[in-house]
Amino acid sequence: MTITLTIDGKTVSVKEGATVLDAAKEAGVYIPTLCADEDLLPFGACRLCLVEVQGDRRPMLPSCTTPATDGMVVRTSSPIIDKTRRNVVELLLSDHPEDCLTCPQNNRCELQRVAAYVGVRTNRFRGEKHAYPIDDSNPFYRRDLDRCILCGKCVRTCDEIQQLGAINFAYRGFRTKIATVLDRPVATSTCESCGQCVDKCPVGALYPEAWLRYGLPAAETKTICAYCGVGCGLILQTRGNTVVGVRGDPDNPVNHGRTCVKGRFGYEFINHPDRLKKPLIKKDGAFVEATWDEALDLVAQRLASVVREHGPDAVALLTSAKCTNEENYLLQKYARGVLGTHNVDHCARL
Amino acid sequence: MTNSIEDMKEAKAFLIIGSNTTEQHPIIGLNIRKAVREGARLIVVDPRSTDLARRADIHLSIDPGGNIALLNGLAHIILKEGWEDKEFIASRTEGFDEWRAVVEKYTPERVSEITGVPVERLYEAARLYATTKPAALVYAMGVTQHTSGHQGVQACANLQMLTGNMGIRGGGVNPLRGQNNVQGACDMGCLPDFFPGYQRVADDKAREKFAQAWGARFGDKPGLTIVEMLNAAEQGRLKALYVTGENPVMSDPDSQHVVHCLESLDFLVVQDIFLSETARLADVVLPAASFAEKAGTFTNTERRVQLIRPAIDPPGEARPDWEIVADLARRTLKALGHTPDGPYAGWDYTSPAQIMDEAAALTPIYGGIRHSRLENGGIQWPCPSPDHPGTPILHVGKFSRGLGKFNPVEYIPPAETPDDAYPLILTTGRRLEHYHTGTMTRRVAGLNKLAPEERVEINTEDAARLGIADGDWVVVESRRGRVKVRAAVGQRCKPGVVFMTFHFAEALGNVLTHTALDPVSKIPELKVAAVRVLRA
Ligand code: SF4
Ligand code: SF4
Repeated sequence: MTITLTIDGKTVSVKEGATVLDAAKEAGVYIPTLCADEDLLPFGACRLCLVEVQGDRRPMLPSCTTPATDGMVVRTSSPIIDKTRRNVVELLLSDHPEDCLTCPQNNRCELQRVAAYVGVRTNRFRGEKHAYPIDDSNPFYRRDLDRCILCGKCVRTCDEIQQLGAINFAYRGFRTKIATVLDRPVATSTCESCGQCVDKCPVGALYPEAWLRYGLPAAETKTICAYCGVGCGLILQTRGNTVVGVRGDPDNPVNHGRTCVKGRFGYEFINHPDRLKKPLIKKDGAFVEATWDEALDLVAQRLASVVREHGPDAVALLTSAKCTNEENYLLQKYARGVLGTHNVDHCARL
Repeated sequence: MTNSIEDMKEAKAFLIIGSNTTEQHPIIGLNIRKAVREGARLIVVDPRSTDLARRADIHLSIDPGGNIALLNGLAHIILKEGWEDKEFIASRTEGFDEWRAVVEKYTPERVSEITGVPVERLYEAARLYATTKPAALVYAMGVTQHTSGHQGVQACANLQMLTGNMGIRGGGVNPLRGQNNVQGACDMGCLPDFFPGYQRVADDKAREKFAQAWGARFGDKPGLTIVEMLNAAEQGRLKALYVTGENPVMSDPDSQHVVHCLESLDFLVVQDIFLSETARLADVVLPAASFAEKAGTFTNTERRVQLIRPAIDPPGEARPDWEIVADLARRTLKALGHTPDGPYAGWDYTSPAQIMDEAAALTPIYGGIRHSRLENGGIQWPCPSPDHPGTPILHVGKFSRGLGKFNPVEYIPPAETPDDAYPLILTTGRRLEHYHTGTMTRRVAGLNKLAPEERVEINTEDAARLGIADGDWVVVESRRGRVKVRAAVGQRCKPGVVFMTFHFAEALGNVLTHTALDPVSKIPELKVAAVRVLRA
């Protein structure tokens, strides 16, 4: 059944079970949030997504946990909503470093976006600030809990998506923090380094180590992971000719944005200095750089002479489960069609 | 896979055999973890206590090599208790009675004796599996890398037919393919007995079709498999080998033997992105582009053909493999003095999309695959025509061969069994952080930090008897070689079994493994080798 409601004067239809926040997204109306995520269950922690529902006794309702109902009339802004939101953000900022320009999350930060939207202009609640050491025990990501806003996205991601629960809320009150069992460095926990939580963190509390070395990517390219046979969709982030990051492709039907540690973080080999850059020919036991013409002519002549002298079956091809379909097609066409042998195999068995 | 990754969500029960899914196929592993949390039942058959084994309702800790006995044993109990899907068997299958006669010999007592799994556990597993539907069977190399691997695969299919779990959502026989495009390499005919699309070399019509298309001449006998190529090289029958993007020195069993074979060749060409252990032995090395630097398609384990796109340029003068081989083909034809004549005899390609058009024209299961159709999420083959939407589940309503055939299969002991001199069984696999021979992952600093070195996993009981503590240096020896490595002592392996990977050149499991092959699939028995472990 579909439900039709009005949000800020716009009429929108959604499926039964959708929340007011879902409906607003559908209608193209921005509601600030810090803890809501399409892939996670509603949590209702950040108190930012407040809306006013006509006829409801309560002056404000969190849109992320309020189901959309037929005929509902919703307003996403009112003097009291705006004021409450501003207070919420100011409270968050009271315990947040004020170094946006040098923060690794700069320009990707949801808190920046929300603060800009609600229009925070002063910070009235200056108070005690945390000073946790940065956890750099995992080589792929950093945990800087001074920037944590306790939205719980990482905890819920590890639990609901990764099905693991390596991290959770710990302690109470001002001391509340996200921690592993016994509050030890994350690398000593059950963490599988999938980076899913890092991807979801709205602020600079969890960020890829590579962000310390690179700024924002200049381009993104959709492709498929080169490791295992699951075939996850990846988005390669590049600057010039360097791959500086990877994220899961949210639109891919196989992984829906998820990746494992290899898919997300295992890209350094691409730009590794060991990459072969020129053809090599072995002369007197040592490799010497050669031109493509020299190398390919040599290979063509040697293979042709083996075929002539010993017959086609004295040559064999090992193709690759890492190469594309098109390349594998050509490789076996080369073996059969040019050399005349069925000696073609790859490591399917290994 | 007969079914889709997405479709696994519908399974009410899983039987995972010979697959450490969480580490080898992590995203499928996540889906299974989630399904189990939401109530699906889980049976894991594995000699190791893997992540999924620890989450399982029932973990059958099997001695490596006992898969067929175990699967036949489960079928035996299901039949005896009358839990089979009688209607499915009557309407969709054939060969049931012959098969039943074989299965009858696999009494729980005998199976327990072979597999080391207690009789009660076999009963529990059989009951749970047969009475929960739909049930998906998932397997990987732990089933296939045995001298009886192809029978193991048949035993899996038999169980799924017996329980009526074929051709339905949430069921099926689901082999998880290891490498990103191993499915595609098979589909494209990179097999000695098949042209693209599993058209048999032995079939006259298929040979005629390709000979005509490419203007080519070739024999009617299948070629050599990888292990056979190596042996032929040693015997001097194979003179030249052209290797693209493979590293047999590390990935194949008995690696010292592999080096010896490759050194016996007159001419070795290796095309790769790095100077791998195999490339070092080559006469000519050709620099290839990585996946991030080229276009084309990969086919995943659920037969989904997906587009890859270039994000950057290849380094230096490296070129995409398709360009290299096309260039080489033109030069080879010239050197041979051939000018083949046929509608697809040419080698002047301008793009991978154009190559796919040609492959599709000759490969019925890819008949409707075009790059232009793959922009949004890819297509699952069989896709016979440009307007066909693809096939998420195979064998719905009818098996592709008509009736599903029960193939009677017997337990065959592994080629090498433990004895007094080599009392432990070595089984091999991979770890989450590394990949295959490590050419890629060992060049990622963070992955090396997370998993810096090889460890041989050994059970606490065996370790205590041998006087080995966690982290001690030990020597693992088989009849083929010896490896020095640190021990990881614990409960991951069952007593009598040790585990190693093939990621680390300096401590390589494949120095120890056995080259015995399954006679049909030609897969080596990497999952069972007799070894001894000594303090270093
Ligand atoms: S990286 Fe993955 S496994 Fe580790 S804490 Fe984050 S979500 Fe959990
Ligand atoms: S991201 Fe991980 S699970 Fe996905 S294809 Fe790559 S290696 Fe496999």
